[in-house]
Amino acid sequence: MPDQSPISSVNDFVVRFANVNGSGSASANELFARSILRHGVPVSPRNIFPSNIQGLPTWYEVRVTEAGHLGARGGVDMMVAMNPQTWDKDVASIEPGGYLFYDSTKPMPSSKFRSDITVIGVPLTAITNSTYTDPRQRQLFKNIIYLGALCALLDMDPKLIEQLIGEQYKGKEKLLSSNVHALHLGRDWALQNLKCPIGLQVKKADKVGDRIFIEGNSAAALGAVYGGATVCAWYPITPSSSVAEAFTSHCKKLRHDPKTGKAKYAIVQGEDELASIGIVIGASWNGARAFTATSGPGISLMTEFIGLSYFAEIPAVIMNIQRAGPSTGMPTRTQQCDIIACAYASHGDTKHVLLFPEDPAEAFEFAAQSFDLADRLQTMIFLMLDLDIGMNNRLCRPLKWDDARQYDRGKVMTAAMLDEPGRDFGRYLDVDGDGIPYRTYPGTHPTKGSFFTRGTSRDRYARYSEEGAVYADNMQRLVRKFETAQDMVPRPLQANAAKPTKYGVIYFGSTSPAMDEAIGLLEARGHQLDRMRIRAFPFHSSVASFIADHDFVYVVEQNRDAQLRQLIVNENGIDPVRLVPILHYDGTPITARFIANAIGDHQDHLKVTPLRKAVS
Amino acid sequence: MTYIAKPKFHHPGLKKNDLGYTHRDYEGKISTLCAGCGHDSITASIIEACYELSIEPHRVAKISGIGCSSKTPDYFLGNSHGFNSVHGRMPSVLTGANLANRDLIYLGVSGDGDSASIGFGQFAHSIRRGVNMTYIVENNGVYGLTKGQFSATADRGSKSKKGVMNTDNAIDLVAIALQLGASFVARSFSGDKTQLVPLIAAAIRHKGASFIDVISPCIAFNNHAGSTKSFDYVREHNDAVNRLDVLTGRDPITVDYAPGTVQVVEQHDGTRLALRKIDADYDASDRLAAMTFLQKHAAKGQVVTGLLYVDPDAEDLHTHLDTVETPLNTLEAEDLCPGSAALEKINASLR
Ligand SMILES: Cc1ncc(C[n+]2csc(CCOP(=O)(O)OP(=O)(O)O)c2C)c(N)n1
Ligand code: SF4
Repeated sequence: MPDQSPISSVNDFVVRFANVNGSGSASANELFARSILRHGVPVSPRNIFPSNIQGLPTWYEVRVTEAGHLGARGGVDMMVAMNPQTWDKDVASIEPGGYLFYDSTKPMPSSKFRSDITVIGVPLTAITNSTYTDPRQRQLFKNIIYLGALCALLDMDPKLIEQLIGEQYKGKEKLLSSNVHALHLGRDWALQNLKCPIGLQVKKADKVGDRIFIEGNSAAALGAVYGGATVCAWYPITPSSSVAEAFTSHCKKLRHDPKTGKAKYAIVQGEDELASIGIVIGASWNGARAFTATSGPGISLMTEFIGLSYFAEIPAVIMNIQRAGPSTGMPTRTQQCDIIACAYASHGDTKHVLLFPEDPAEAFEFAAQSFDLADRLQTMIFLMLDLDIGMNNRLCRPLKWDDARQYDRGKVMTAAMLDEPGRDFGRYLDVDGDGIPYRTYPGTHPTKGSFFTRGTSRDRYARYSEEGAVYADNMQRLVRKFETAQDMVPRPLQANAAKPTKYGVIYFGSTSPAMDEAIGLLEARGHQLDRMRIRAFPFHSSVASFIADHDFVYVVEQNRDAQLRQLIVNENGIDPVRLVPILHYDGTPITARFIANAIGDHQDHLKVTPLRKAVS
Repeated sequence: MTYIAKPKFHHPGLKKNDLGYTHRDYEGKISTLCAGCGHDSITASIIEACYELSIEPHRVAKISGIGCSSKTPDYFLGNSHGFNSVHGRMPSVLTGANLANRDLIYLGVSGDGDSASIGFGQFAHSIRRGVNMTYIVENNGVYGLTKGQFSATADRGSKSKKGVMNTDNAIDLVAIALQLGASFVARSFSGDKTQLVPLIAAAIRHKGASFIDVISPCIAFNNHAGSTKSFDYVREHNDAVNRLDVLTGRDPITVDYAPGTVQVVEQHDGTRLALRKIDADYDASDRLAAMTFLQKHAAKGQVVTGLLYVDPDAEDLHTHLDTVETPLNTLEAEDLCPGSAALEKINASLR
């Protein structure tokens, strides 16, 4: 018996699987997460993996959360310790009163355990070895066997797991039945030999609704399909490769001409990021919707071209799935650390539009929208995801599409328009005062509308010119255009605290679910905060008003240098003292506990008198 | 203003091609390059080739990198869209443009600095992908625009204007294009319009990656004794393997035709290349032989010019990707967007 009473919790706990990379555990672990969803209980899983292919430790964490908190929680209630290499660290990370599940085939000295946790041993290797002879089968089915044991320990309904296995191996009867067999092997052993269920349990609920379970990268790629992207050029880099891979597989299913079988898209794996963005720019210049997906090091390489896109006013979309930098940093860890690098990418005076989706559903919407925005603004649009949204399955609202929606190709002059009497086509003429000129696609008209695109300075008629006034006129128009963008990009969303407060919090992107939960934790500590989720740069004017309306505003971000805060200070001329940075940057996703502690401690420090008392 | 407009006046008596365009319709702005620069002669040959082929000027997209050579697209085909991109990256921009609209003609113009140094990778990869383009390198062995540094095509042992000896080995772009699978490979000399014009015309007609390396002396920095890219050097060391005619008509028989001396290659679009052989053994359909031939002559200090290799059945990147015939840039929401019903199915599969 542990000397700490075991944790007892229904539908609210964290299970972490510690595996060896390449052992085939990923699909069993995901099956575990999905089967809890099938119980009607929300989950929030996270992959924690090293930047190598085989042999190193990997973890998969499933937060079971009936309350629907989708951020990481921190702490582990049950550790499924399948990796001897990380045993000590894994055992140490269990919460007091938690559970340790391990393969008890080989006896372990008692010093390897802790006295305040419940230890559950299942002789997994012995069971697998006595059932299977093939080494690969032994490896794979061992994972399903521990899943079966967990099913009994956590009191899960085996029918629901069987159903999922059935869907996974539809039409492959042999695989289906052997997996179901392995599941029951584990479950039966646990039922016969262990005290089942334990304190952590999964009970059927109805808390998932019609939500879907999808990775941000896959959702963003689907957004590109729906948004009309026809050209994708990319170069492999974690954590963005799965965007291009998902785009490829979505296109294979959705984008072939039914009559000829031919592809209504072109995907090129470039020789590097320079080529990838070059291909995107060439395609966009020629009127196709094109994008690339990359991560920090790729952005660094693309910056010369990004400047060209800005100055020559060529639409393009870059999906930047951020990982921890600088340099190669921690390639498989998450951060929001490319804000400044993207906002001002390239040399000279540049400013770029950034979009910050909070989850896969928004990644889908913003990805589709980014192509309209790029065309309307004739500039580069950055879709800023990060590894935490990009490479983890998240529960989110179903993806929606309005069939009446047409693509907004922006200001493109057709041959007929060029022929209109009195029409003056100047590629860089600001006809409408919004800073956005008209363009023509190559090949439009035999004698009108052609122009020379270049990264060098030119006049309103696209004629090369290095005259100071002509250059300045162009640069000012680009600023006007950026101001126009303010009203086109997704606006920030604001939510007021239950009670009036002098304090606010600004956050963005993948921090969203942790923030939603942190607000509750802070309320419980007596702190009220109005909040604003920023969804795009350039910042809407409401950002400055929000800051003006509060004494202090916390800015929560997942980087060391408070990059969003820097951008707000820089672009809105705000006194930096009014923006308190709350920074999390160890490569793990930010948690509600972290935010609540950091803000709560700061608030306590201020010795806040609640406004309600002060005015009563 | 550094931009010089050309008067629009057309002489009524100017000769017209099949489409009714005159030579002037293929011209661009007045060149701002040094008077006598080899690049201007190449510009003239491009104009001539497009005129002779009766190409609609606006159906050409001309794309370049950065350098004196890369400025030249401004000086021809004034009614077509041009794109002076960034240093060494013309090939990727051209590849993207080509993917967006397979119906235009793509002319890529680059320099030896642009293609053999900073853009060496992009040059190689656009060729190996088989992008349907005419890739012309205006090769002067120096960096013209940045005033005379050696480029990677400068021959070992050649001298700079200041008398410095080049100790690095040269990159032979033609040899590399052959090795990478270009389906049309030629070398020419800016001063030899008779050879260059039909070569450009044939390259434009060719469906696949066409590469032409044109030795183009830089009169400012590389036209002195000791240079192997000067007018005099190339004239003295030129060894032309063939003369080329592009026959667009159905009937390939010309007055020059004489059995045994002419090799006719039929291209995919029905045009025929009539190669008037000078070197009796030269076979332009043998890639391996072309490579050996090139190396042998290079060892003797000879600059081999002419069409070195052509594969008339070449396929291009669009064929490899199996894309629809309709240009991708004309597809709209109704062609591209799978719609809400498909999305509902996807949602259902994710629960
Ligand atoms: C990234 C970058 N590096 C360097 C330069 C400077 N630069 C401009 S043109 C050029 C070389 C051009 O040489 P080449 O391509 O041979 O053309 P040429 O001028 O000889 O015709 C260089 C190095 C640049 N524009 N961009
Ligand atoms: S510097 Fe050389 S390459 Fe450049 S324009 Fe003058 S002659 Fe031509």
